[in-house]
Amino acid sequence: MRSSSSVAPRLAATAAEAESFVDIRNIGKTFVARGRELQAVDGVTLDLKQGEFVAVVGPSGCGKSTLMMMVAGLVPPSDGEITIKGEKVTRPYTDVGVIFQRDALLEWRTVLNNVLLQIDVRGLKRANYEKAARTLLARVGLGGFENYYPWELSGGMRQRVALCRGLIHDPSLLLLDEPFGALDALTREQMNLDLQRIWLEDRKTMLFITHSIWEAVFLADRVVVMTPRPGRIATIIDITLQRPRRLAIRETQDFGGYAAMIREQFQAFGLLNEN
Amino acid sequence: MSSVSPISAAGLLSTSSRLSTYFYPTATALVILTIWETVTQAGWVSPLILPAPSIIISTMVEQMSLLLQMAGVTALEFLLGFALSVAVGIPLGALVVYSRPIELAIYPLIVAFQTMPKAAVAPIFIVWLGTGISSKVLIAFAIAFFPVLVDTVVGLRSALPETIHLVRSMGGSSFQVFWYVRFPNALPAIFAGLKVASTLAVVGAIVGEFVSSDRGLGYLVLVANGQLETPLVFACVVMLTILGVVFYFLIELIEKFVVRWHVAARQIEGLVNH
Repeated sequence: MRSSSSVAPRLAATAAEAESFVDIRNIGKTFVARGRELQAVDGVTLDLKQGEFVAVVGPSGCGKSTLMMMVAGLVPPSDGEITIKGEKVTRPYTDVGVIFQRDALLEWRTVLNNVLLQIDVRGLKRANYEKAARTLLARVGLGGFENYYPWELSGGMRQRVALCRGLIHDPSLLLLDEPFGALDALTREQMNLDLQRIWLEDRKTMLFITHSIWEAVFLADRVVVMTPRPGRIATIIDITLQRPRRLAIRETQDFGGYAAMIREQFQAFGLLNEN
Repeated sequence: MSSVSPISAAGLLSTSSRLSTYFYPTATALVILTIWETVTQAGWVSPLILPAPSIIISTMVEQMSLLLQMAGVTALEFLLGFALSVAVGIPLGALVVYSRPIELAIYPLIVAFQTMPKAAVAPIFIVWLGTGISSKVLIAFAIAFFPVLVDTVVGLRSALPETIHLVRSMGGSSFQVFWYVRFPNALPAIFAGLKVASTLAVVGAIVGEFVSSDRGLGYLVLVANGQLETPLVFACVVMLTILGVVFYFLIELIEKFVVRWHVAARQIEGLVNH
């Protein structure tokens, strides 16, 4: 609903302007910890086009989560500014779905009510969304689990509920902070496939934080590689693999080439020591 | 995705485990009572020191109307004291969590007050409020409110940061963060505090009655003790125990209803851990 209303002005604007959806300009973040200043993010400039899938990879502590929090308007940047749809982010940006590594489900709410939390907090009418919530849950294989409580679900199922909660209000932007980092390898692959499918169907703008090279290459249109702290952009790699991507794409030469480029970056940072 | 297994496992085990939770303590109590009865009936211990369980029970039956009347007074005292500790402890806990100045200004004082032995302060409350019910309510409150406050603070602070970020990303206000996340998340901790408070409130009421009163089970304990009516003293203690246990389980019942999700999850955890 929101995305459709944004189509008209988008068409009116010039092509270059219209494509820039999230505009991160020279953003920096300094934390003070134990009386010492700690630069988490430094001079990051990045554009997300409408409908684009951007993955950010980097070693732990490179400030990639902080970057996402700043885009969400949940953490104020120390330097630079972020604009979304031309509007400067100064408080939590709400046309968004946020998914964290920990699913952050509310234990006292059923699966359905966890998804509808999004609707309750926004003061929207539950009746208008309940059917959509059920459809969404069925779409990720959780049909029939609507009245279960989170503790009755496996980790993968819980994260699917979190995904549905991030999608139910049809946001134009999805922010994912290592959403599958806590899942077992098999579940993780399935979640990657599901996320790709959802993205192909809805074409929401995605900012996907991960430290898995494989995941980033598999999912993204562009992979942003960040340096160790302070987090700067080392390089941005365009992934031109065809969609929908299948799991077997990992074994192709093109995929291996992309993965190698990122790995070499990490090795250049001195992060991977093979001896 | 095998998620259903823990539920069915709980269903399987619950009947037998529920039986054993009642069976073992009952059996132990019966053994102790039997030994007690045998030893006292044999005349090895003076009934002035330790009356037989059967004598205590018959005293209870004889004095039931007096005991009930006194129990009513004591129950009113600790219930009001408990209610007051909830009414003050939970909002104060929220204030401490939400306002740094309030936390700095009053939290250390409250902790200091907590270390003060309430039994020593009780006579002052009597001077202030007289020997009637209100002084006992205040003493019960003074003893019981601390765990409510502390557990409310702990509970409100224990929300996952992500859940708070989440509600804020939905455009939620501070109040909505409280209402949708912090408060429900704090309920298990708050109930833990309420359960401790429920037993402390009973202690508080008795302490108050011991210092000065003309009614209540604590008062009756003093009177009976003074007249060397040991069976009546024991009858009062039994009565108090019953009151305390009923009150405790009442709160646990409410807890089971209000935070069902937590109780159920806890049972599963218990199964996994044992």
